[in-house]
Amino acid sequence: MWLLIPFRWINRRRHCFTVSKVVCVQQLHSSSTEFTNIHYDGLYPGHIPTTAVQKALLSIGSGVAALQNPYRHDMVAVLGETTGHLALIKLRDRMRNDPEGYAVLTERPRIRLSTLDLTKMASLPDGSFGREYLRFLEDNDVTPDSRADVKFVDNEELAYVMQRYREVHDLLHTLLGMPTNMLGEVAVKWFEAAQTGLPMCALGAVLGPLRLNASRLQSLFTSLGPWALQSGRRARCVLSIFYERRWEQSLEDLQRELNIEPPPIIPKAKKKT
Amino acid sequence: MAASVRLLVRQAIRLSHRNITVTATGVSARPPCRCFSESAEERSTHFGFETVPEAEKAKRVYKVFENVAQKYDIMNDAMSLGIHRLWKDMLLHAMHPQPGARLLDVAGGTGDISFRFLEYVRSQRERQQRRAVRFGQTLSWQDISNSYSTIETDGPRESTAVVCDINKEMLKVGKEKAESLGITAGLSWVVGDAEELPFDDDQFDIYTIAFGIRNVTHIDQALQEALRVLKPGGRFMCLEFSKVTNPLLARLYDAYSFQMIPVLGEVIAGDWKSYQYLVESIRKFPSQEEFKSMIEDAGFYCVQYYNFTGGVVALHSGFKL
Repeated sequence: MWLLIPFRWINRRRHCFTVSKVVCVQQLHSSSTEFTNIHYDGLYPGHIPTTAVQKALLSIGSGVAALQNPYRHDMVAVLGETTGHLALIKLRDRMRNDPEGYAVLTERPRIRLSTLDLTKMASLPDGSFGREYLRFLEDNDVTPDSRADVKFVDNEELAYVMQRYREVHDLLHTLLGMPTNMLGEVAVKWFEAAQTGLPMCALGAVLGPLRLNASRLQSLFTSLGPWALQSGRRARCVLSIFYERRWEQSLEDLQRELNIEPPPIIPKAKKKT
Repeated sequence: MAASVRLLVRQAIRLSHRNITVTATGVSARPPCRCFSESAEERSTHFGFETVPEAEKAKRVYKVFENVAQKYDIMNDAMSLGIHRLWKDMLLHAMHPQPGARLLDVAGGTGDISFRFLEYVRSQRERQQRRAVRFGQTLSWQDISNSYSTIETDGPRESTAVVCDINKEMLKVGKEKAESLGITAGLSWVVGDAEELPFDDDQFDIYTIAFGIRNVTHIDQALQEALRVLKPGGRFMCLEFSKVTNPLLARLYDAYSFQMIPVLGEVIAGDWKSYQYLVESIRKFPSQEEFKSMIEDAGFYCVQYYNFTGGVVALHSGFKL
C-alpha cells in the first residue's frame, strides 16, 4: 500500500523535485558525511546530483583508483553507481514483477545493526538463516553497517535497489556458504555478475582472479566458478527476497527455494582475530 | 587586555556601521529598522552557494578542512596541475623578504608559505654573507677590528615565521611536513582565528594569508586584525582566487572547476562536498577591485593587486603606514 505524502526539496541550482514517497526514518543515513545530516538537496539523503560529464569522469577515476588500491571500497561503490544505470533498471523491473520483490520495493527495508534484533537471532536454532548469518558476521568479523551510502544514482528507487544490493551482499555470502577471503569474494562476485549484470560486478569478476594464487585459481576455474555462474543464472532474483521476514527459515530450505545448490567446495575461512 | 578592549570598541563601531559593511562583505543586507534587534545567529552569510547562519559558517568551514587536511597537498597538486607552487613562489618573489624579517602566515595550515619564506631568507642571508666575505678581503685593519666588536655584541637577527591556523588538523599535517623536510629553526605553530589573532599589536613585518581569506566569515575583521598586528611599515599580502577577466578562459575555468574538481575530490580524497564548497566559495569571493577597496577601507595604503594566470589568482598587497 503506497502512502503518498508529497515533500518538496528545493535544489539550490536546479528546479524543484517532488519526492512523493514516505522516507523511512531508517533511511536517514549514518555519520558518513556531516553535510547531508542537516539538510540535503537531491532526491534522497546523501544524493549528489551529477552531470553526464561528471559521471563519466567519476567512472574512469574511480576505476583507476579501485584498481590501484582494491581496499578503497568507496571507489568500487562509486564505480558501481556510475556504470550501473541500465542494470539497475533491469533489476528493478525484475523486482517489480515478483510479488515479494514488489513488497521490498514499497516497504524499503534496510539491513543495519540498528534494525536487526541480534538477541533474537542468536537464540534461533542452528541451521536457521538468521543464526547462520550471525555466525557469518562473527566468524569473519564484519558488520552490515560498513556499506557506503549511494550517492550518484539519479533516481530514488534505483538508488534503493543499489543500496539493497550492497546490503544483501553479506547475506549472499551466507546463502552461498562463502567466506570473505579473496577466493570466496571472487566466487560471490561471479554469482552477482551472472545475477545482476552490473558492470562493476563483471569487472570485479574478471580482475579479482588476478590476485589469486595458482591452486586457488584452479579450484575457481574448475569447480567454484562454474557453480557460481550456473547458480547465478538459475537462481531467483536475490534482491526480491524479504530477508528480514525469513530469519527463522532453515538455511537449506531457503537455498532450495532460491534454486541455489550447495557449493562443491568451501574455501577455508580465515578467522580474523 | 588592550587587544580585547580594542576588539570590543571595534565591534561597537562595526555594529553601528553594520549596513555599510554588511554589503561590502557579501552578508545579506537587512533593512535598517531591524538593526537593533538582530543578533549574530540571525544574520546569514554564504557557504558556497548555500545561505547559512553566520554562526554556522565557521563550524562548517572547520569541518571541511578537518576532512581534507590529510590529502590537502596532493589535492592542490592534482587540481592546479602543480601551478599552485608557481603562484606561491611568485608571492615570495613579490615579498622579497630580507633576513631578520618576522612573518605571520595566517591560515597557513600546511605551511607552504612559511617554508618558502624561511628558505628564501636563508638563501638571502647566505648571499649577504658571501658578499661580506668578498668585500671583507680588502678592508683596512681599522675596519676589521670594528667588525669584530659588532659581531660579538649583536648577532644578526634571525627571521622567524609563525604559522597561524584555526584548524588543528591542518597544523598537525604542517608540523609533520616540517619535520620531514627538516625545517625546525625559526618556525612556530599557533592555533588562532584570523578574526581575533592571539598576538599583540605591532609585532610582524609581513602578514600573509594564502587561499584562506575567502573562508573567513568576517573578512573586514580579519583585515583589521592584520592591520593591528603589523608593525608600522609592515606589509599585508593576500593570495586568493579571484575573477578571471578573459571570457573564453572564464568559461573553460568554470567548466573545469565544476566538472573536474569535485570528481577529483571524490576520487582522491573521498570527499565530493568539500571540493564543491571550494569551487563555490571562489565564485562568492569579491572581485579584485572590490577586495582592493575593502583593504583600503581597513586602513592600508598603497594597495595594489597583481593577476596571475589570467586572473585565476590575484595577489593583493598593502602597507601599514
